[in-house]
Amino acid sequence: MIKHIALILGLALMMGCSSSDDSGNGGSTSDNFDRSALLKNLADNIIIPSYQDFGSKLTTLKGSIESFVATPNQSTLEAARNHWLIAYKAWQYVEMFNIGKAEALNEYYFFMNIYPVTVLDIENGVSSGNYDLNTPNYHDAQGFPALDYFLYGVAEDDAAIVAKFTSDPKSQGYKDYLTAVINQMDRLTQQVITDWNSGYRDQFVNSSKNTATSSLNKFVNDFIFYYEKGLRANKIGIPAGVFSTSPLPNKVEAYYNGEVSKELALEALKAVQDVFNGKSFNGSGTGASFKTYLEYLKVDSGGQNLSAIINAQFNDARSKIEGLDSNFSQQIVSDNAKMTIAYDALQRAVVYLKVDMVQAFNISVDYVDADGD
Amino acid sequence: MLYDKEDSLNDLKGLLFGFMNTSFKTYLNKSTHPAPLAVFRIGFGVMMLLSIVRFWWNGWIETLYILPKFHFSYYGFEWIKPIGDYTYLIFTVCGISAFLIAIGLKYRMAIIMFFLSFTYIELMDKTAYLNHYYFISVLSFLMIFLPANAYFSVDNLIRKKTFTAIPKWTIDSIKLLVGIVYIYAGLAKINSDWLFKAMPLKIWLPSKYDLPFIGNSFMQQEWFHYAMSWSGMIYDLIIPFLLITKRTRWFAFGLVVFFHVFTRVLFPIGMFPYIMIVTALIFFDADFHLRILDGFKRILKFFRVQSAQLKAQSYHYKKQTLVLPIITLFFVFQITFPFRHLLYPNELFWTEEGYRFSWRVMLMEKMGNTTFKIVDAETGQGFLVDNSDFLTSFQEKQMSFQPDFILEYAHYLGDHFRSQGHKNVQVFADSYVALNGRLSQPYIDRTIDLYKEKESFRPKNWILPFHDEIKGF
Repeated sequence: MIKHIALILGLALMMGCSSSDDSGNGGSTSDNFDRSALLKNLADNIIIPSYQDFGSKLTTLKGSIESFVATPNQSTLEAARNHWLIAYKAWQYVEMFNIGKAEALNEYYFFMNIYPVTVLDIENGVSSGNYDLNTPNYHDAQGFPALDYFLYGVAEDDAAIVAKFTSDPKSQGYKDYLTAVINQMDRLTQQVITDWNSGYRDQFVNSSKNTATSSLNKFVNDFIFYYEKGLRANKIGIPAGVFSTSPLPNKVEAYYNGEVSKELALEALKAVQDVFNGKSFNGSGTGASFKTYLEYLKVDSGGQNLSAIINAQFNDARSKIEGLDSNFSQQIVSDNAKMTIAYDALQRAVVYLKVDMVQAFNISVDYVDADGD
Repeated sequence: MLYDKEDSLNDLKGLLFGFMNTSFKTYLNKSTHPAPLAVFRIGFGVMMLLSIVRFWWNGWIETLYILPKFHFSYYGFEWIKPIGDYTYLIFTVCGISAFLIAIGLKYRMAIIMFFLSFTYIELMDKTAYLNHYYFISVLSFLMIFLPANAYFSVDNLIRKKTFTAIPKWTIDSIKLLVGIVYIYAGLAKINSDWLFKAMPLKIWLPSKYDLPFIGNSFMQQEWFHYAMSWSGMIYDLIIPFLLITKRTRWFAFGLVVFFHVFTRVLFPIGMFPYIMIVTALIFFDADFHLRILDGFKRILKFFRVQSAQLKAQSYHYKKQTLVLPIITLFFVFQITFPFRHLLYPNELFWTEEGYRFSWRVMLMEKMGNTTFKIVDAETGQGFLVDNSDFLTSFQEKQMSFQPDFILEYAHYLGDHFRSQGHKNVQVFADSYVALNGRLSQPYIDRTIDLYKEKESFRPKNWILPFHDEIKGF
């Protein structure tokens, strides 16, 4: 009889366990390392302040573009350009946060920073007045790269650019398209910021479990994805021709501006490294982060913690990038080898993040059954 | 009673020394009641049917076999590929044969169909390789030669006869196979990473922080990682003996249930724990199984057929002289094949030459990052490949740290770009791999044109050295 009871209990245990293991997010946990604290630090000291900073700079940019559209002249053009660069640099601190509303908008960054722009789409839109910036076809005809085109590349020199918005027969078309672009950017950005401020923050912070859909795991994946794709490939690798048979100097970020592709890349790398180290956006304090998590897990190699190795690799990549021409297109044309050296330095960190760090965190990715071999 | 209720000591002897014993012939002529084999057949069929349904339900037929553009093949089995939407048909055949096995209808045909369809599925793409899938293939092959429908089967009703005795070795052969699996899995755990570094459990267990009760306590403790490593090794090595010995059998079964349920909670290993629990029932005596079958009979009382209506007799192989050599060869293979890694000079965990099909379960935490460069040999110009253009994320993950995957994929890329008009195609891999908590290090010689390298069973000299040593099996 006891045997029967044992058997039934065993079966009940099996059923109980097999049904409970799929349960999803929620419930902040705290072992010796508090992952919830990591998420709190990310949300409160990095993500939300970065978005607020970006949001206000974008609003300023919107105002100066409205002034330019109202009275196009050299001085309003320059004001718009200045604020464009300020906002573009602030954007480098938020592009990696493709989570929550940003993701739900069918990838917010698709509407903000896909480059190079397709000039033909923009010019056709300007001529016909027929365009829908909400469709995927126009991902590469809006956002910062489209502003780059309007403010720097739409004509040969400054006078001619101003003329596009004044004396050109299609000037109204240019004004309308430019206004549509900045309005779209502002609208989407406000949606993302509002979402963070109205509940998503708590949802993000409380989802610290190790499941494929928890915000901790998604954030790690998003962070690495951005570093690999948004930073390493888009800013350096693709224009340097790493993925093509020949270099593509016209694929650099801020191509029409022609002076700031290095500056933007360095901002992006700083943003990545600050997130890695849990450094507050406003101020110099640091909190729980991937770095402190790796230290807690004691992931050491050759007497060094993996976080130190990763930081050293970031620093190495930075010094390689700093040695480049401020305009990557120029660098690619004059000496592309330096670009690929910078790419290699960035790539080595991809391996540390994607292989060593993810392995240490043992992020669960529920593809299929696995017995670990 | 028609079957002998031997004591455990003889059981043990029969299993371990049966083949060497002078009383080999006597052993072969021993018979036993077929109830354990019947319960095993039912359990196997039901578990397999559930596995297939679950696989289908999760959409894995689509994601693993239909969607990928490219499939990783086993060396020598390149001709086995998914067949588009007809792949569902293979799973249907597999599911139906599992059901037929469970009810014991046309058993011999059903188990052959099952073995073929299941093995075909496993050979379609090695990305999804799991030791327990291999176990199912091997077990179903063995079952082709066993009279698992001798008792409590629909075949009995159709033929109007049932068997009250079958050769004892038939049941023992399953026990032996299960014993080999456990013992080899235990031997593989006798290595310095597992025992003296608690790797990879030291990586895996702390990440289970969200388990109730134990997540934030035991799972974070280093001593617990070591305790789990050592007890896992000891469990694997002694559980077959505890199951064979009658005195410890219930205790052992309790351990089996506990161990496998625990691993199920910790790791995404699907149906495997349940299959092993059901499999362990084979070690129990016939009267235990008869009681289980009585339970089934009560449930099925509408379909109940008085066994008195069936002619009862003893089962004898018509061609035992043919079957026995096959079974013997099968076990010789099972015992020797997992040791083939001894023929390779390099670290087994690093090169994985001889790693699969040898019951090395959950021994490694290994990840990699591998990118490929297509180069024109004449001009030296080249470009990197975006792996996601060709592979699913799961395929890319598996490809990145396994040399045979890397080579096969390199050839696929070479062929692809040549057909696109690229000339003088060379394929180079830039690969980093991290094993059991060691920092990632270069894995593949990046100066070697992989497009020129051929797959074979010979050691792969383009894998870079490991620069460390893992002692043990």
